[in-house]
Order: sequence, then C-alpha cells, then structure tokens
Amino acid sequence: MSSFLSLAEAIESAVRDGDTVAMEGFTHLIPSAAGHEIIRQGRKQLTLIRMTPDLLYDQLIGMGCADKLIFSWGGNPGVGSLHRFRDAVENGWPHPLAIEEHSHAAMANAYEAGAAGLPCAVFRGYIGADLPKVNHFIRSVVCPFTGEQLAAVPAIRPDVAVIHAQCADRAGNVLLEGIVGVQKEAVLAAKRAVVTVEEIVEDFGPRSPNAVILPNWTVKAIACVPGGAHPSYAHGYYRRDNAYYIAWDAISRDRESFRAWMSTEVLGGGPQDFAARVRGLRTFGADSVDQDQGRESVSNGI
Amino acid sequence: MTYTPTEIMTAAAARALRNEDVCFVGIGMPSAACNLARLTHAPDITLIYESGTIGTRPAVLPLSIGDGELCDTALTTVPVAEMFRYWLQGGRITVGFLGGAQIDRFANLNTTVVGPYTKPKVRLPGGGGAPEIATSCGEIYIIMNQTRRSFVEKLDFVTSLGHGEGGDHRRRLGLKTRGPTKLVTDLCVLEPDPNTKEMTVVSIHPGVTRERIEASTGWPIRYAHDVGETPPPTAGELEVLRDLHARTARAHGVAAGGAAHA
Repeated sequence: MSSFLSLAEAIESAVRDGDTVAMEGFTHLIPSAAGHEIIRQGRKQLTLIRMTPDLLYDQLIGMGCADKLIFSWGGNPGVGSLHRFRDAVENGWPHPLAIEEHSHAAMANAYEAGAAGLPCAVFRGYIGADLPKVNHFIRSVVCPFTGEQLAAVPAIRPDVAVIHAQCADRAGNVLLEGIVGVQKEAVLAAKRAVVTVEEIVEDFGPRSPNAVILPNWTVKAIACVPGGAHPSYAHGYYRRDNAYYIAWDAISRDRESFRAWMSTEVLGGGPQDFAARVRGLRTFGADSVDQDQGRESVSNGI
Repeated sequence: MTYTPTEIMTAAAARALRNEDVCFVGIGMPSAACNLARLTHAPDITLIYESGTIGTRPAVLPLSIGDGELCDTALTTVPVAEMFRYWLQGGRITVGFLGGAQIDRFANLNTTVVGPYTKPKVRLPGGGGAPEIATSCGEIYIIMNQTRRSFVEKLDFVTSLGHGEGGDHRRRLGLKTRGPTKLVTDLCVLEPDPNTKEMTVVSIHPGVTRERIEASTGWPIRYAHDVGETPPPTAGELEVLRDLHARTARAHGVAAGGAAHA
C-alpha cells in the first residue's frame, strides 16, 4: 500500500547503493525532482535503465551515481549530444560507465515482459543490425510453430521504478495520461515503485475508464512535487521547457560549468524549487497561457 | 524565388509522401518534411511519432518526439510498447522517415558511434526506434546532408539496415519490406538501382554539379541513365515551410532556423 512521504523520505525508503533503477518517462512526465533527490542523497553504483536517457541521466552520470546504463537512445532530443554521457563513455569521466544498448522496440518489449512476469521478451527485431554483435544480451529464439527466428532480450526487472504522474487521490492511487510511455510497465516490472505527482486530489473525478491508473497496492511511496517533471512536462499542467533543453547543451559541455550548475541547482536546491521553474509554462491556473482545464485540487502547491 | 539547400531538400522529401501514407516520423529534418507534406499536397497523411501519437497534426514542429503538441493534436495516443508491437511490428506503417549521421552506398545507417564501439571517438545517441523502423515499415525514405563525413565508404557501425550488402540481401534475411527507396540530400535525390540496390542519383538540384556531388561522397557515386533536375520548391511550399519554422522558433524560444534543424 502506498504511503505519502516527503520526496527525501520516499527516495531514502526505496533507493539503495547498487540498485537497478528505472526512471521512466518518454519525453513526457520525466521524474526530474526524484532524480535530483537521488543525486543529493549521494547514491552510488546504480545501474540506470531508461529508453531515452536525457538531461536527468546526463546529470546522474556526470555526478558519478551510475556504474552501468541500459538504454536505447541517449541524446538531447532535437538538440544534440548528452555531453556528460559522452564524456563517461569516451573518456571514463568521472568514472567508466558500462553500457548495455538496445533498440526502443527491445526495451519496450523487455518492460512488458518484466510486467508480465516472463523471463524474456520475443519480437521481430535487430535484423541486419550490428547491436547483437556488441550486446550479448541480444539473442534469438525459433518460433516452435513457424520456424521463424525471432530476437529475444531479457525481461527488465528493476529494483526500483521511479516515475512522475499528474496526480494521486487521497487513497494513494495514481493517475497518468497523455504520452504514457512505458511507465505502467516499469512500475509493474519493478520490486518497488516511487511516484512523484503534481497534486493530490480528493477524487479523480470524471475520467475515461481506460485512463492509466496505478492502484495504491502497486506503489510504495508517493511524494507531491509540483513541477517535478521540469524541464519535461506534465500534460494538462505545464509545457515542456524546450529553451531549457537547448540551454543544457552549453551548461553540460564543460565539466566545470556542469559541476557549478549542479552545485547551485541540485545540491543546493530541493523539491520545493520545481514549482517556480514551471510557473511561466503553466497551462492552467494563475499563470495560465492556454486556460486549459485542471482538476479540483486539494494541494496543488502553487 | 530564392531558396536554401535545406529548403529544396525538405520540399523534395515532402513530395515523395502520398496523401494515403501512414508515416513513422523521425525527429529533425524528417519531421519538417512530413509536416510540409501534410500542410501542402497530403492533408490526410497519417503522421506517427514513436512516443505513441497517431494521426498528429502539430501547428509547430516538435523539438522532441514527445512534445505535448503531438499528443494534443493526435487522433489517439497509445503506450510506447503498443506503438512498437502492434503498429510498427504489426506492419501498419507504409513509410518510415529517417535521418542519420553516416550512410553507405546501400543506405545502411549509423547513428551509434564514430570509431570502434568499445572505444568510440564520438559516441552518438544510438538507434532508438531505427533498427525496427528500417525493417518493419513498407519502405524507407532518408533525408540527410551530403558530405564526405556522412556519406562514407564503410560505416563504423550498422545501426539500421538499408540494403545490407546490396542485391537480394534483404530477401535473404527474410524481409519482405522494400527498405530505402528514396534518399534526399541537399544536393540531389537518389534511389536504389533495381538490381544492385546501390543508391543512384536520379535527379540533381538546380545549380549543383556532378563534381560537387562526387566531392561530397565517400564512394564512386553512380548516376541513373536519365538524370533529371529536381524541381525547385514552389512559392507556396516555401511560404508554408517558412511559416512553420517561424512558428516553431517562436514556440521554442530560439532564433528561426535554430535547433529545429538539428
């Protein structure tokens, strides 16, 4: 059953040194505030899993939290390289980073297999590609009915899944919508799940019966962190901070400017800083640009 | 009307798309070309981004494959695992539109590393959806700037399959999809030779010489029997494309022509 905790307590209760951690969010709902808390708590030797490691994983890697990365696309979307990721792979800074690289299809299938309690995922993939030559976790199986050779990768079973969602209700159930990525699969595949939310509501109110709801018994801890996905976005709450993604390129290019930025923005900051970072990007409420509808909130923290 | 090499490349790529296509869109230049097609001759084209958005009609070009704009304007948005399993692997996509860092004469693409995999000179982002897009879509269009650095004799890494070693290589791997059928660059348009599958110049953009194309290609490039001249972008296409880029730049808080081209 989920408990409502402060972000620091939630991360402390779930993430230990050496854990395999999946912080998911496919461009949308990236758990940035939770990732920053992991950095502040000084977690080490993590195996980080994520289809699209972007700024948050660049920060975790640059701060030396990770020994290994399992991923399928490591870039700053539409901008270019992840410089801390590159520095770790190309120069071993701040220390060497082992990589296990897949395709998106493989990762998505592997999360589903993890959620489904299967040992591996089977799909039609990697045909004619070089990744199977450098990643011995990519193997093949023969269909017992047709004889077709199919790709197989191990299921993803993280120790911890960390995600950000739009809201939780009083009972600790979690709702997410919009681009839902692989978060449901990551939570159900993991031993423990920590969720940050934009707000805690009395009741979810009218919603599609097919909305993505994570029942409270699938989640260990919930922390309310308004703006906690910044510079990613929370559909219905605030926009993606595209200018910030563009600015990250210069901040992260140089080791010193990266460390200075991390020192002020992350080590010297906290979850309470995120609400201000999304103020100008809000899509409803006092700073609204779009006047979209938000839900009735009991603790929107704005 | 004057235009840039990127503009004629984008327009030539957009024209290859049909109104009835279901297109899996890569970010950057493919996204600009696909949306230009949608805003001009192919208003009913179904654009799909790997974040799960199906039938999206963005007013501005997304910076990432999962910008909110794509979800807001989509017919529907599905989970990422469903996107890759049912829609891509299930064979529902007619055209996959890709870019890349390096390409060879058989349109195999590298977006993984420059140099050896275990000790790369440059670590690139990696394949993302490309390995399966390249084999599961009915056919593949590729849009790339043509330089000696990007058009190479031998790839450092095959991220996604084109025509492999050429000839019937795709068939021998058990594939029924067509692979790369069109490669549009800032200098010319290439299509695979029907037999060898080597990418061959079929039309040259106005003002571009064969010498220039050869100086920008890392292998002895071949030409089709009848090489035409690529029709320049029309005033209408340029107006739509420039409006799209201007709206995008305003929305992303950057100067026009900035990161949207990355």
